[in-house]
Amino acid sequence: MIKSLPVEPLIIADRKFNSRLLVGTGKFSSGKIMQDSIEASGSSIVTVALKRASLSGEKDPFADILEYLDAKNFLILPNTAGAMNAEEAVRIARLAAAAGLPQWVKLEIHPDPNYLLPDPVETLAAAEILIKEGFVVLPYINADPVIAARLQDVGCATVMPLGSPIGSNRGIETRAQIEIILEQARVPVIIDAGLGSPSHAASAMEMGADAVLINTAIAIAEDPVSMAKAFALSVQAGRVYYEIGTSRVTKIAEATSPLTSFLD
Amino acid sequence: MSNFSDIYQNIPIEAWVQQSIDTSERTLELILRKGRARSPADFAALISPCAANYIEELAHHSNKITQRHFGKTIRLFAPLYLSNECVNICTYCGFSRNNEIPRITIPLEQVLAETKLLANQGFRSLLLVAGEHPKYVSNGYVEKCINHCLEIMPSIAIELGPLETEGYKPLVNAGCEGLIVYQETYHEPTYKEIHPAGPKKNYAWRMDTAQRAYAAGFRRIGLGALYGLYDWRYEALSVAAHALFLLQHCWKAQLSISVLRLRPAAGTFTPTQNYLMSDRDITQLVCAFRMLLPHANIVLSTRESPQLRNGLVRLGITTMSAGSSTEPGAYSHYDESNWSPNLEQPGEQFHIADERTPNEIATMISNQGYEPVWKDFDQSLVTSSE
Repeated sequence: MIKSLPVEPLIIADRKFNSRLLVGTGKFSSGKIMQDSIEASGSSIVTVALKRASLSGEKDPFADILEYLDAKNFLILPNTAGAMNAEEAVRIARLAAAAGLPQWVKLEIHPDPNYLLPDPVETLAAAEILIKEGFVVLPYINADPVIAARLQDVGCATVMPLGSPIGSNRGIETRAQIEIILEQARVPVIIDAGLGSPSHAASAMEMGADAVLINTAIAIAEDPVSMAKAFALSVQAGRVYYEIGTSRVTKIAEATSPLTSFLD
Repeated sequence: MSNFSDIYQNIPIEAWVQQSIDTSERTLELILRKGRARSPADFAALISPCAANYIEELAHHSNKITQRHFGKTIRLFAPLYLSNECVNICTYCGFSRNNEIPRITIPLEQVLAETKLLANQGFRSLLLVAGEHPKYVSNGYVEKCINHCLEIMPSIAIELGPLETEGYKPLVNAGCEGLIVYQETYHEPTYKEIHPAGPKKNYAWRMDTAQRAYAAGFRRIGLGALYGLYDWRYEALSVAAHALFLLQHCWKAQLSISVLRLRPAAGTFTPTQNYLMSDRDITQLVCAFRMLLPHANIVLSTRESPQLRNGLVRLGITTMSAGSSTEPGAYSHYDESNWSPNLEQPGEQFHIADERTPNEIATMISNQGYEPVWKDFDQSLVTSSE
């Protein structure tokens, strides 16, 4: 078995996380397989859709997704999936906090139920409200450097731009935009959505992303547990590559005599 | 926004049906290579007699697309029939006003009691169904039902006689999430023949219900035809055109497509044999819908046999009802331990074909490597306590 590679911890809102792979809990074929996959991923942050959970504060055997998640092993990061505007997202986040979930929220607002693309206007509005109320807010955004900057201005703890649409497994199709977000970022940047294979995840990490979030590619794999491990390794490998520093890729032959030798 | 009923007049459905019948293997293979239906023409090819020979390939595509967008999960819901009072004559429907069945609109207390029974079975998603009757079903009754049921059920949808947008708004404000409206048949001459009396006679009014509902703020809209009333390819191509129109014009709504076949019901209606769909046909149709509409929910009810329902779990459907009764008030007389009716159901809309309990359906889904999802919505999204 390959041991974990040593990488710098991920720090979000002053909290330290040992893994740079976040995993989602949707689309799994059973609670048990989800649980085993999360364990195999070694993830320190696990997102869960509040709409799937019981928010009454009472246990519900028919909405028991949280029962499979042990808060001792990782941060349970509630997400606001299902919210179509700021008001709905704020309401469900407050309810989750009142029900005893962490006051951290993955803010996702998608008015289009088909491609689940995030609404930047509503996301910014909700982020402002929730941050004022003391939430640690991790917003899901399109790979738009301006909205990323504005969300950082209001105090978001990360930004989570998409690589490509949710569930599409298309990898990073927003590379040029993400490069700008990374260059300008004052908070960790987590690439969320669209990463379909370990090479996509490694590529995101090599670019300098602080972390990635994977759900569909693990959940619907024939063997989700092995796939979770594969993603964990690829995230570590990509991060190590980034931390060591890239060797320069060049198509131009180096001049044997340096062009600036006259300065010596 | 233009109305679909106006647009529909100019859609050459008959020509599309003919195109479907004439589909060549070469055309079909090109579409299968793409793995998606990108147009009504592609969809026509996928529901063709030629494509029936490629059903396994269709199934593989449908399975993969569905898993990508919905995962290995099936959502469960229960219908709760509020009333079988109806002012319409629909010759194929058990609630048709000229059928001599016991008529009832169940009181609010009983609605709540039945909702609790369904919640005990596991359901967290409820579909309130009623016939069309201004005296019994309107006048704030449904709104009250929604208000109270939301205390128990996280998600509520309705299937009622069509209303104006203004009529829908109080239901949306009460927290109702979805609306289901079936055109029954898109073939206008057939529609007129089988709906001889009552407000449902108005074909275009019914067709534009989805848009009025969207304007009122419903976030989930269900469509469908009742297969068996007319040629199924004609109906399917019409549903496809309707769905594509709604995706463009009602972009915030989650679409669901029901695949419903006619079931035996009270009355004297005899279906035309040529119009009946086989299990193979309906399987082909589910796969074709999935390849055209990758994000749409596809709903399968207890109208279908256990064998077909088991088989379709992996082939493209996303949502199932279970343990349903189509008679208002019937759940009150169910034996909770084995979820079976203790009494006859003379006032039912039609008789279901899959009589397994909700728990048995959930087990069947799990045994196929899928997760039965009871709760996938929270009432806090649509209701404000402030």
